[in-house]
Formats: sequence, C-alpha cells, structure tokens
Amino acid sequence: MEALQSNIAHIGKPTSRVDGKLKVTGRARYAAEYPAADLLHGVIVSATVPAGRITKLELDRARAVPGVVQIFTHENRGKAAWLDRKWRDEVAPPGHPFRPLHSDRILFDGQPIALVVADSFEAARDAASLVRAEYDIDDFCTELEVRRPEAYDPPEKRSGIPPPPEPRGDAEDAFDRAKHRISSEYRINAEHHNPMELFGTTCVFEGPGQLTIYEKTQGSQNSQGYVTSVFGLRSKNVRVINHYVGGAFGAALRPQQQLFFAVMASLELKRSVRVTLTRSQMFYIGYRPDTYHAIALAADNKGRLTSIMHDAVAATSHHEDYQEAVVNWSGMMYHCDNVKLSYALAKLNTATPCDMRAPGASVGVNAFECAIDELCHDVGIDPLEFRRINFASIDENTGKMLTSKALLECYQQGAAAIGWDRRPVKPRSLKDGRELVGLGMATGMWDAFLMKAAAEAKLTADGRLEVSTAASDIGTGTWTILAQIGADALGLPLEAITSRIGDSTLPASPVEGGSWTAASNGSAVMAACEAIKATLFKHARAMTNSPVAQAEYDDVVFAGGRIALKNDLARSLSFAEVMHAADLAEITETGKAAPSLLQMRKYISYTHSAVFAEVRVDEDLGVVRIPRIVCAAAAGRIINPKTARSQILGGVVMGIGMALHEEAMTDHRLGKIMNHSLAEYHVPAHADIADIEVIFVDETDEKVSPLGVKGLGEIGIVGTAAAVANAIFNATGRRVRDFPITLDKLLA
Amino acid sequence: MNRFDYIRPDTIADAVAALAAFPGAKALAGGTNLVDLMKYDVATPARVVDINRLPLKAVEDTADGGLRVGALVTNSDLAWHPQIAKRYPLLASAILAGASGQLRNAATTGGNLLQRTRCYYFYDTSTPCNKRVPGSGCSAIGGVNRIHAILGASDSCIAVHPSDMCVALAALDAEVEVEGPQGRRIIPFAQFHRLPDHNPELDNTLEPGDLVTAIILPATDFGRHHTYLKIRDRLSYAFALVSVAAAIAIEDGIIGDIRVALGGVAHKPWRDRNAEQRLRGEPPSEATFLRFAEDVLRESEGCGQNDFKIELARRTIVRALMQATRGTPQDQSDKVVR
Repeated sequence: MEALQSNIAHIGKPTSRVDGKLKVTGRARYAAEYPAADLLHGVIVSATVPAGRITKLELDRARAVPGVVQIFTHENRGKAAWLDRKWRDEVAPPGHPFRPLHSDRILFDGQPIALVVADSFEAARDAASLVRAEYDIDDFCTELEVRRPEAYDPPEKRSGIPPPPEPRGDAEDAFDRAKHRISSEYRINAEHHNPMELFGTTCVFEGPGQLTIYEKTQGSQNSQGYVTSVFGLRSKNVRVINHYVGGAFGAALRPQQQLFFAVMASLELKRSVRVTLTRSQMFYIGYRPDTYHAIALAADNKGRLTSIMHDAVAATSHHEDYQEAVVNWSGMMYHCDNVKLSYALAKLNTATPCDMRAPGASVGVNAFECAIDELCHDVGIDPLEFRRINFASIDENTGKMLTSKALLECYQQGAAAIGWDRRPVKPRSLKDGRELVGLGMATGMWDAFLMKAAAEAKLTADGRLEVSTAASDIGTGTWTILAQIGADALGLPLEAITSRIGDSTLPASPVEGGSWTAASNGSAVMAACEAIKATLFKHARAMTNSPVAQAEYDDVVFAGGRIALKNDLARSLSFAEVMHAADLAEITETGKAAPSLLQMRKYISYTHSAVFAEVRVDEDLGVVRIPRIVCAAAAGRIINPKTARSQILGGVVMGIGMALHEEAMTDHRLGKIMNHSLAEYHVPAHADIADIEVIFVDETDEKVSPLGVKGLGEIGIVGTAAAVANAIFNATGRRVRDFPITLDKLLA
Repeated sequence: MNRFDYIRPDTIADAVAALAAFPGAKALAGGTNLVDLMKYDVATPARVVDINRLPLKAVEDTADGGLRVGALVTNSDLAWHPQIAKRYPLLASAILAGASGQLRNAATTGGNLLQRTRCYYFYDTSTPCNKRVPGSGCSAIGGVNRIHAILGASDSCIAVHPSDMCVALAALDAEVEVEGPQGRRIIPFAQFHRLPDHNPELDNTLEPGDLVTAIILPATDFGRHHTYLKIRDRLSYAFALVSVAAAIAIEDGIIGDIRVALGGVAHKPWRDRNAEQRLRGEPPSEATFLRFAEDVLRESEGCGQNDFKIELARRTIVRALMQATRGTPQDQSDKVVR
C-alpha cells in the first residue's frame, strides 16, 4: 500500500477516457454493429394486449415477403430449457423468469409473440409489421393504486436485497406523543431507463453449439451463463462480448429478449443472427416500478427525530417478485430510536420491473427526504441544521460501525457552494421578476460494495502491461480506471497499459451494477499487479550481481519500468533486464478481490452525498428552472476525477428527470404505456440543465476496499429529486408529493 | 411498413399530376414527420412523391409589400432569413420555439403545415383512433389525454395540431398557396386547418392532388408588440401544452389591430376574431387581457387529465399579451418567462 501511494501518478488524476477517441470517431463497435458472414436479421413482434391468450396468429402475409427465412412463434419455438430455474440469471428476482414464446399466454403488453427472421433487416421489419394476432383477453390491472390494498410481503426474498429491518423502539407511541409530526403520502411514477443504445445482439454461429455473441449487457458472464443454461450449451463454446455499452442504467443487467431470440434463431437456423429492439420495445423490458410511500415522522422541540415510519408499496409483475431496498434507508439516514419500516409488493400485468440507477434508494430516499423537509418546516428548523443534529454515526439498522462517513463535510462544502445562507426561511418569500426563488437540499446514500471479482495481469518484456477482467464499461470509465490502476501499481506510463474487459472469457466478474465495479474489479486488477511485482522482485533478487539481492520487498520501488532501491534509486534494474535474466517473455499473474467476512461482521460501508438545488418557478405558469445544483459526495478515493464527475453529472440529470419529467403514462383501460417514445417520454433536455457542480470531499477509507474506493455510479441520483422538490416548496410554498412535478401540479 | 411507389418529379405540374393520380399519395419534403409515421405504420401511402427537386425554395417580396415563402424553405432557413427576422419576428420566434436544430434543418414550411397530431393513440396502431382509422373510436377520450384539446374538440377526436409555426401564421393572417389539378388557388390560413367534427381524418381542407407551394405573408408591422410564448413539459424539445402568438398595434395607448392565436389547445391554431374585435379600443392592461382570455376560453372544456390547460391557457394569454404590450417578446433561448 505504501509503495503504491509513494508512486501515485495516475490514480487521482483527471484522465480522459482511453476509449474516447474510438467512441467519438465511431470505431468503437456496439453489439448490433458487428459484421458477420451471411447474417440474418430478426425482428420481434410484440403483443398488443396486457393479459390473455393468443387465439390466432396470421403469418401468411409475413411469410410471403421475399427474404423471409423463418417466423418463430410459440408453436415452433426452438429448443430451450423447460425448467424455470434454468432461466434464472445472476440478478433474477424470485419467481418465474419470463420465457419468450413459451406458450400462448400473454403476461404483459409488449410481450414478444413472434420473431421474424429474414436475410435483410428491411424484409424482417416489413414482414413483422404484417403479422396479425388475435387474443382472448383476460382481466388485467396495470394501476398500482387499485392493487395496493392487496399488497403483500414477498415470501421469498431477492438475493442481495436486505428486507426492511425489524422495528426498533415504539415508533407509533413516539409519534403519538410528539410535539411535531407530519404524516404524508408520496407517489413516484414508473420510469423507463431509455439508454441511447438500442438493445441488440449479434449472435455469430461458429459451428454446431458454438457461438460468439456480441451483446448489449452489463455482464458478459451473466449472459453467457443464461445462454448455456437455457440452451444446454457448453460454457467453453459460448463467448459473450460487450466491449462497449451505450448506456444501460440497470436495464442490461438481466439478459433481455433480444439475446434469447438471436441465440434461439441462430441455433435453429445454423446461421448468424442479429436482433435489435426498437425504442418502443425497450419500454417492455423492465422499468423502475411505481411506488407509494406513507411516511410519518416526529421530532421534539429541538429538532431531534423521535419517530420514523415509512411504509412503501411497489409494483411488480405477476410472474416475478422484483424487490429492491426502498425503505431501509429511512432507518439509517439519521439517528432515531423509534423506527418502523415496511415494504410490500402489488402485482400488475406488466413486464417485471428491473434495477434502474440506485434501485430502491432513488425512490425511497426521495420520498423520505421530502418528508424530512416537511418535518423541518413544522419544527421551524433549518433543514441543514436538522440533518446535522440527527447525524447517525453508525448504521442503526444493523448496529454496525461505518468504515467512513464524511457526510458532515459534504453538508458543509455543498452548503457553501450553493450559498445556503441565501435560502429564504419563509416559503414563497423570495422573488426575482416573475419567478419565485427557492433553495432545497437532501441527503443521498448508497451502498459501497466490494464484490468477488478476479483479474489477470500480464507484463511483457517490452514493458507493456495488460490487465484483464470480465467487467463491463457502460459509459462509466472502467476501461480507463483499470489502466490507471495498472499503471500506478507497476510504475508504468498510462500508454503502456492495455485494459481488456467486456468478454466472458476473461477472469470472473460480477455484472456492472451497484456501483461496485471500480472497487471490486479495480482491487482485483491491483492484486494481480501486486503479484507481478512479487514475481519480478523474486527474479530480480536471483540475478547475479543484483543490486536488490540483499533487499526486502519493502525496500524497493517500482517506477519507470524499473525496480529500484528506495534509499538509492540509482541502483535499479529494468523489468526487461530481470525478465531476460529469468528467461521470461512475459509474466502473467492473477488477482482476486472479495469482501472480508470477518470485517463485515462489525463494519458496513456506504457512499454519502449532500445535494443542494436552487430552483426558480414562474409564479403564474408553474414553469420550473433549475439554475444550479451542487452535489457533494463522500465516496472514498476518486480514481479518475474526470470520469467520476461525469458519473455524478449523469446521476444528477437523471434525478432532475425524476423530479420534473420522467413518467410512464399508462392507459389503465387498455393496460398499455402510451408514451413509448423519446418524443413523449420526457427526459431532461439541454435547456433543462444548467450549472451542476460536483464536489468530492476528502474521505480516506482503508476498510471499504483494498483501493479505498467506494463507487459513484448511483449516488448522483439519490437525493437529487428531493433536493429539487424541497427547493420548489421553498420557492412556492407548494408541497408536491406526486412525482414527476409537472407544471400542472404547481398551477394553484 | 407498406409497399409504395416512389417518384421524384422535376416540375410542379408533374408533381400535382403524380399526386392526383393516386388516392392517398403523399408529398415528401423534409420527411421529419411523414417518414416517422410510415415507420410506425400510421401513414401507409401507396405513393410517395418526393418534391425536393421542385423550385419552391425562394423567399421573395410580393407586390403588396408582403413575402412569399416557398414550401421547401426549411424551418431553419426561414427562421434565420433576414427579411423574416426583420419583418416577421413573431414567425421567426415561433419556428425557433419548435423541435430541435436538427429537425428544423430538415423540416420545411409546407411540411410544417401538414404535421400530424402527436396524440399517443394516433401513433399506436394497436389502439382505436378515428383520425387514423375513421370510425374505430377515440381512445384519448377517457384515456391519456394530458396534451389534448380544450377548444373545438368533438366526440370523434380531441387531438391537437402540434405546430408552433402555424400558430404564428394564424396570427399573421397568412395565406396558403396551393397548386391542384384545377390550377392555383389561395386558401386563407384560418380556412386551411379544420376542426375534427365527424371527420378527424381530415386535418385540413386540401383536396386530393393538391400541393402546398407557398405561404404568403401579408404586410404587417406590429413593431416590437408581439410575442410567441410556449409553455411545455420541459424547457425545450417538447410540444406545446399551450402556446400563444400575439401581436398588437398600440396607438396612443389604445389597442388597435390585435391578433391572438393559440397553439396546443385545438385541432387547429385557434383564433377568436370576435373576442379580438371586442378588445379594440381598450387600454392594454392585465385586467383587460384577463377579460379577453376568459372571453376566448368561454367555451373551453377539459377531458380529464388536460383540465389544467384551461387555467394554463388563461394565464399564458395574459402573460403573452403583457409581453407584447411591453414590447419584450419572449426570447426562445432564454427560458425565463418575463
């Protein structure tokens, strides 16, 4: 560790993406861009009703289109596993995974009912538009409010998702006796991921049972496991590649429809097949579920929290119990002795929801932090002061200690940057022209995970280092940070490092999610590099007349492609000399990262943030502008401040989307999402985004991961919508509890 | 997707003949709307007549001091044309309030007139829609209708016209020059688009074979007393919930000629000439304009999710007219509504 620190050159330095030039020049290939000989094109036909059975499929007109090779339906689907469990992937929730074309049953609107395969994309699309289906429609419901009374505690818990903690103290009694209390209900509408890149798979048929699959996924090995399990193939014969991923936000954690279809058609037709979803079809592959939050809070005169109750109900599908940690945060954001939390699901006739950037926290913390703002208003205390008073120094849900929590620094630096002292104490009291001005803030929190991951490092005698792990880069900067870590570990220039990721044949990696990649894969890469150093040192010592013959490992440094004595840098050996002497063309070592179970018994790790927003709301028209947002994050060591900042910017923009724009508009009479396009499903446009300032406060955490890294993929969205909503309250005096806050809700 | 004939005539006469010969033939200019609709199977023309080679790209003075704008002038070129910026800033502003830079670079003047509604159901071929399939029913009534009409709707259709440019053209009393099988004719703007009644499949009064060749802008001068104010669900790149094109001639502190057209509220850009007439001779003030807004909206009716648009329209009309009165037109880059 000390050697690493003394050598730091690249870690902590703002570094442009090593894959940036490839991306902006169009040379970085995405899944649906890979060429293949004799490629066939598949287009999916989607159901147009939310429940029932297919009674008739008219395929004749489609079959007659020149170039059509095959049309797959539930009546002639290719061979695939029968057993449910064979269809489960690494991140599947409990239940029955969706099996495309399994039967005539329709489980949700937009469900694939046929795949048209043709020798050109145009022919396939043309023919797909000619497929007609008739249905017997069953009763259905897509409205959470209607199903809410039947909400249930999911009997089987989703792996990796902690259920709400047991109640502590007596929250109801404390609430009843409290001087200040609020009780509110929040609703956050369903959202859709909408990454730029359409979901696509190019499945290259290499021979019977042998496939190379270019796939849009956040986990090449998860997709590989799914394909081998569903189609009964051997692992060594299935290679999944996802070098570049054009955004995903969680939608590409689970294997999606296009993967199944491309592989199924490829195996059946013994040809290479590409399947790409349309933008509209991407509205049916999982979404952030709608949630209701009943929140009751109480505090004493001094602003100390005395009771927290948060009961959430979230949507799921009929076939799976999708779960996320929605309410748990409410029990650990602040110190409080009386806490009661619950989380229940209600089944809707929709596709199964799926993880979307900070799943659970982005909605749970949003509602909770708005409710906290309501309580602050009731007590008459500054919301920032309230949060300082109620600071929690341990995780009160589990009683575990925190490996670090520089949240007070976030509060302080964020408040200074936004100019929190400008905040009008009285809502609707500050005006500039026709605009009401307000400031709001919220706390953000997300897990800092270290997952099991493996890596390989290979040093060649020409002084080049290759670091490999089956991680993905979904726009996050993984390519770049792994090179930075490798460069610093061996004291080499960044240009000497090649990262290899996005390939299922590389050392084991979890899916890219949960903000754990930098910590987990980064630590595995570092471990592999450390092993190379140990090997180099061993050979260096063994050389005749070696300057390091008498040295211990701690006495040397690795810098500039040389091993040198710390106290006499002039006495050194180049890596090439050492490898030549040992007759080695290359040194290859592996490394692993894994959480320490012993440490986990006492400690737990989270990333924290404080988000501050300034909003301006037209007093008559309800038009909201957000001239400034400050997100101050405590995320341990920042490997690459440039890509790290980008991650926070993206999270904040998505938080603005949650606050003001994003929602699925469903016609519950038809059970259909109606705004299934980027024209009508609104995400923030450039004009909606003004200044976003990102602050990384100093936070040293030697326990969270070997690199001291916490991860940044999700923290930027957590708390942002609440900060905006709280600022809107401060500006207008209107508390909108139904997200997104479109202008109609402010026209009073 | 449907099979279609594609032809690219060189003369207006050939284009008109090509359109007239095929029922349901569509003219293709910028393609920003038609091609989308064809991809979604909403438009299934048997013939597509690409008119991009026709000589319809000129912006020229008319004999009586107005301007004639060729149907193929792109929205961007029109918005930034020096004569438009100088003589018809209201039109330039409305164009720049719409779509995105890329779309405006491709979209044309004629095509903008013929944009189809953004009603969700019109675009989704799995749902009934009288505009797409006459007689199939209107799904928006009782459905997702946040963006729908509050004026002039019918039991058959509550869709709205999506254009910004057309709202300004309505306010400017533009005329549409049309070349058809019977020759050239001029349609006053107010008579170009129509209300849905029982035939919502017809957006306008064009006859089969008609080709829009130009827009004619009459001479007008409202000085700086105009504005285009568009209120939408995000600050850019969204269709209007309510928009207002306003122009006022103010003489000695008294309202003279006044034009107020509304977008996003009806099947066509909405004007109420009687209400405008009643405003003449009054002094401009918030109170006067509020009365006017109530007058214009007296028959407005929401259909559920869009009820808020009535109040929003009332306030937007007042604000727009105050902007026009002050001579401070809405800036389409600065998103502050002053």
